[in-house]
Amino acid sequence: MNKSAPTALSASLVSCHSCHMLCRAASLFKGAYAVCPRCGAALHSRKPNSIARTWALVIAAFIFYIPANVLPITRVISFGKAQSDTIMSGVIYFVKSGSWPIALVIFVASVFVPLLKLIILTCLLISVQTKSQWRPRDRTRLYRITEAVGRWSMVDIYVVTLLVALVKLGALATIEAGPGAVFFACVVIITIFAAMSFDPRLIWDTQEQNYERKK
Amino acid sequence: MDSLIACHECDLLHKRQPLPRGGTAKCIRCGAKLYSRKRNSLDRVLALTLAGLVLFCVANIYPLLTFKLEAQAQETTLISGVMALYDQGMWIVAAVVFFTSILVPLLQLTGMLYVILPLRFNHRPWGLPSFFRYVSGFKPWGMMEVFMLGVLVSFVKLAKMATLIPGTALYAFMALIFVLAASAASLDPHIVWNRSEKGS
Repeated sequence: MNKSAPTALSASLVSCHSCHMLCRAASLFKGAYAVCPRCGAALHSRKPNSIARTWALVIAAFIFYIPANVLPITRVISFGKAQSDTIMSGVIYFVKSGSWPIALVIFVASVFVPLLKLIILTCLLISVQTKSQWRPRDRTRLYRITEAVGRWSMVDIYVVTLLVALVKLGALATIEAGPGAVFFACVVIITIFAAMSFDPRLIWDTQEQNYERKK
Repeated sequence: MDSLIACHECDLLHKRQPLPRGGTAKCIRCGAKLYSRKRNSLDRVLALTLAGLVLFCVANIYPLLTFKLEAQAQETTLISGVMALYDQGMWIVAAVVFFTSILVPLLQLTGMLYVILPLRFNHRPWGLPSFFRYVSGFKPWGMMEVFMLGVLVSFVKLAKMATLIPGTALYAFMALIFVLAASAASLDPHIVWNRSEKGS
């Protein structure tokens, strides 16, 4: 690995987030903020306030994760009897009834992935703030995975939507969405924003600083 | 400076090199994809976008699933699911579902058509850079393939309770996912950006 390799930052260049055009940093910061001459996106060398924003979103998602899992996401009303289901009780129901693949899909998408995503982002934030040198390539890969898998957590929200739309047969059987669904939707959206606001280039910036110090 | 490109994940500078057809350049330091050369990018994206728009209309007009229990039947379309949630006071969830499974895919398809169709015939559409920027920016919020998995899960969940009949929209949906994925895979954004520069 070539640690002394030049980066856009060290060459006083800014790479546009949107169209990847390279611009000279010095010529751009005349007004309040710089704009890419090609596509018009706001230019930043690094995503603005990346660490603070990501921390705020990660903490918010951790808080919302609790009601999302504790409160019921669906309420089934059948012949006057109401039964509330949380995400976990839905998973347990599928395990008991023998639908292993579905139980696994819901567990992975709704419980495991959001939590994993939050834990990975927390670790990445801490590693950047402590200027860790540990395996930058693998940490970038972890970030890439977090960014890619987050969307699949929406599965449960879509399932609730379809159940609510299909099962409305009055007294015979009706399914209503529970408050857990709102919190769960928030968790998914917030974690997607959190992954977007984290800047993986921060992982590599410390590598270069250390290299310069060693020189 | 035009011959250089910075990795968007680790900021390392690379010299652009000509690629073979269908080739992809990756960052030597972190392994992120830098750029790739696609075969007939504009032609393919245009064809797939048109196909996608037709499928999108079919997927939204026809019923997705029919739920039959004893003598009662309940049909659902995509939008009726959103309405049902809204009626129960779950407007946040309804908005999220509407945005990710209807609005964003529609904006993506129409936006892409607006950009690609004139470019294919060597015209430069008005407001090209900002339009293409928004279309690219919407990409992570279109969640059609996740929706499809949701349909599958609900299918299994309800199959024991009652009879479920898959509707026309379901097949259109399945096809739409493949079309959207193929369109995303054949798009070479650098062609669009380069053309947007030439015209100005």
